[in-house]
Parts: sequence; C-alpha cells; structure tokens
Amino acid sequence: MSTTPVDTWAVDLADVTLIYPFVGAEVLMTIVGFALWIGWHIWQVKFESNTYKEDIEKHATSENLRKATSGEF
Amino acid sequence: MDTDIAALTVIFTEFYYWITVALMFLIHVGFCMYEVGASRVKNHMHTLMKNSMLIPLVTITWFLFGWWIYWAFAGGPGITGGIGHPAPEFAEAYTPWGESMGPRLDDRISGVFWAAFLLFSWTAASIVSGAVIERIRKFGFWMIAILIGSVTWSIDAAWGWSYSGWMVELLGYHDAYASGVIHAIAGGTALGVLVVLGPRLGKFAADGTPRDIRPHNPWLVCIGLFMIYTGFWGFYVACNVPILTTGFIDGQMTGATQTATTIYLTPTTLSAITVNFLMSLAGGMLAGYMVSRGDAFWTYSGGLAGIITASAGNDLYHPIQAFIIGGIGTFLMYKMHFWVERRFKVDDAVGAVAVHGYAGFWGVVIAGFVLWGHPSSPYEGFAAITPWGQFIGAVIMFWVLGFIPAWILAKILNGAGLLRIPKEVEILGLDFGSIQEANAASREVMATEQAHAS
Repeated sequence: MSTTPVDTWAVDLADVTLIYPFVGAEVLMTIVGFALWIGWHIWQVKFESNTYKEDIEKHATSENLRKATSGEF
Repeated sequence: MDTDIAALTVIFTEFYYWITVALMFLIHVGFCMYEVGASRVKNHMHTLMKNSMLIPLVTITWFLFGWWIYWAFAGGPGITGGIGHPAPEFAEAYTPWGESMGPRLDDRISGVFWAAFLLFSWTAASIVSGAVIERIRKFGFWMIAILIGSVTWSIDAAWGWSYSGWMVELLGYHDAYASGVIHAIAGGTALGVLVVLGPRLGKFAADGTPRDIRPHNPWLVCIGLFMIYTGFWGFYVACNVPILTTGFIDGQMTGATQTATTIYLTPTTLSAITVNFLMSLAGGMLAGYMVSRGDAFWTYSGGLAGIITASAGNDLYHPIQAFIIGGIGTFLMYKMHFWVERRFKVDDAVGAVAVHGYAGFWGVVIAGFVLWGHPSSPYEGFAAITPWGQFIGAVIMFWVLGFIPAWILAKILNGAGLLRIPKEVEILGLDFGSIQEANAASREVMATEQAHAS
C-alpha cells in the first residue's frame, strides 16, 4: 500500500514513470491551486485597501503632510 | 537512458538547465537592489515587496496556464495551425494536470525546462516593476506582472521563440537571446502602464520640464545592475539547447554531428554567445559612458542595453558586430529615453522602457539587416531572416503584445481605483506607517534606557 504508484524499488526502473502521491487527482489539485491563487488576491486587495485607509486616517494629518512636503521627516 | 551516452546526455542537459535557473535568480536579486536603491527612503519596503511577490504569483500562474500557452499557441492559433500545433501531445502534457507536470522517472528535462522559462517570466515582469515605483498599488502591479509573466510573454514566445512558431515560419523571425520576446515586450508593457499611471508627484514642473528624483543610493543601484549582468549569463545559456544530434531535428540536417542549438534548433556554440555577450556588453558600456558623459547609472544601464540590443543575433554575429550593435542600441535608447520623457511626460523611474524596450526593439530590427537571408530554422519552408520580417516582429513584441494589453489592463485597474495609491500615501511615503511605529518603539526603548542610566 502506497500513496504513490511505487510499492517497491525492486523493479526495473525503465518501467517506472510517475512517482508522486495521489496520481489521478491532478484535475482536483489544479482546481485547488486555482482557488488558492484567486483567494489570495481577494484577501490581498482588501488588505491593501484597508492599510491605505488606516494609514490615511492615522497619519495623514495636515501637520504630517506639511512636514512631509517641507522635508522635515 | 538505456545507454551510458544517452544517460550522460540527459543528465548533462538536466544539470545544464538547473544551473541556469540558479544563476538567473541573481537577476532578481539585482532587480531588488536596483529598485530599492532607486526609490526614496520613505518607499523602500513597499518597493521591495512589490517586486519580490511577483515571484510566487508568476510562478503559480506559470504552472496553471503560462506554460501551457507556450506549447499551445505556436500556430497562433489559427495562423499556421490550431491549438497545440504542431505537436498537440506536448500541449496536452503541459496542462497543469498533464502527465509531464509532476515528477516522473522517464522525463528528467520537462521540470528544469519549465523552470528556465519561468525565470524568464520573472525577468519580464521584474523589468516592468522598476519603471512604476513609488506610486503603483501592489495589487495593480501584480495583475500586470501576471499579464506579462504568464500570458503575453508566453504568447510571444510561442509565436516567435519556438522551433514551430508562426512568426518564425512566416516572417523568418529571429531573436535568439530575446531582444524582442523578453525585453521589447517588457518595455512596451511598462510604457503602456506608465501612460495610464502618470508620473510621480513633482516629477515635472508646471511648464513640463522633468525634474531629477535622485536614487537614494546610486551605489546600490549600480551594484544591482552589476548583479543583473551576472544573472544574465544564466539567461543566455538557458536560451540554448545544450546538445542535440542532427537526427533529433527531424532529419533536417545530415550527418551525426552533435551541436548546441538556439531555441529554433539552429546550430550555434556556447563559445559564440559567450564572446558576443561580453563584446556587446563592452560596446554598450563604452557608448553609455560617452553619451551620458560618465554617469554611472547610464553607463551600467548602457552595458545592459548593449547586450539586449545584440541579443537577437548574438548566436551568429562576429564579435566586432556585437560590439558595434551594442553601442548603437545604447546610444539610441539613451536619446529616446530623454526625448520621450520631455515630449510625453512619461516618468520611467529607472529607464526600463529605454534599456529594455527601445534597445530590444532596435536589436530585433538591426538583426534583420545584419542577418538578412540567413535561414531562421532548420525546417524546410520556413522564411529566411529579413529586415521587414524583423520589423514586423519588433512591432508585435513592443506594441501588439507589450503596450496594448498593458494599456488596456491599466485602464481597467485605474477605472476601478486599483492602479494608483492615494495621494496622501504618496506624499507621506508607502512605508510611513511602519516607520512611525518603529520610531515610536525606538523612543520608548531609549526612554527606558535613559531611566536605567539615571
């Protein structure tokens, strides 16, 4: 019993092809990969927008903007 | 691998591409140094992360669809053949669920070949990254990075950087070390984004005169460029197939001679490209120093532009030709950079459009004249190299697959408010919040230390 197609290495290697686990689940793994990729972007775009919003609320005071534009930082 | 010589050939090829991948990592170390050095202190970490995170994003998308596009689109589709032309079994094998995408003992090349192409993809996206620093949103940039890294460059490689690409077959397109297929498209993409994104605040005076926003660390910028030179060796070597028998090339050549080839399966040697790499670098650096009056940044950039200009034909040029072509490309890209900046108010923060886009474009065009009539392919019926074929090819790379898709995506992102950072954040700096937190923590630590000292 093995999660890979290989049960033993006592074989002629010329007969061995795939060696990764869960052969046959490639389409499912691709769907999971797509979902994780898209999900990351959805999280990231919200995270980035919230970060800018918080930064502006917290730091973009007229005093800070004045200092930034006059080279005081 | 049933004979010793077959085993050695396969293992050598596998190791050869693996070495190129490791070397090409240095390109990205160099790009990060270069971009961070060119940005102002208030934007450092954002600049670093913007570039660095294209690595995982282009990697996953290259696995999911970029690699398949390369194998599926050589015929257009619909120009010289359908999807997968001329070998649909490869396109099928390189779908993300395909039989050649996972480890298997009877295929030791697909993985390293995939990785070498992926590192080209990172490079294409990374070129764009430098141009847009200090005002682009990370999300917006990463969408553009995926567009060029896993879609448009993959299409252009299928069309013009493949043994069976329709541009090679019909136009005789020749671009052995990617003047067009990486550099011109990346420059065109950067320009397409820049015209929508707009310049950094203060870059242009009210009368339109450009102002110099100095890199905070010119030394780091130059060492970054030096690092890119180093990684560029891997890029060049990866563009070759290290060893093939003429029989492998479908019997198109006679005899049993083994040879290195370009991606088009046209014979060349590693020696040829090594000498020409160095000679075009030399021509570019000398021209860069002269035209910029000794400016370090443009001298180093000139070296890069020299290589990029000569790359289309560096498998064949005489070293003196590579040297001269490198110098010409550097002169042209330098003059065009400042002309475009003044004329169109384009703020290309690191000169990426010039060094990669203009130099790449002219490199493809120049190859059409210098290599006029040379066979573009070992296959019968393929067009020979011509000036007009190369010019059309350069336009496809820079404008059709570079500028236009990037401009459209940038417009969409801009319309959705996802391209440019808020003005207040740009003024304060993208790292302002974290710098303030660090300063506050530092003050508390010092206060504690003072309390202990008194």
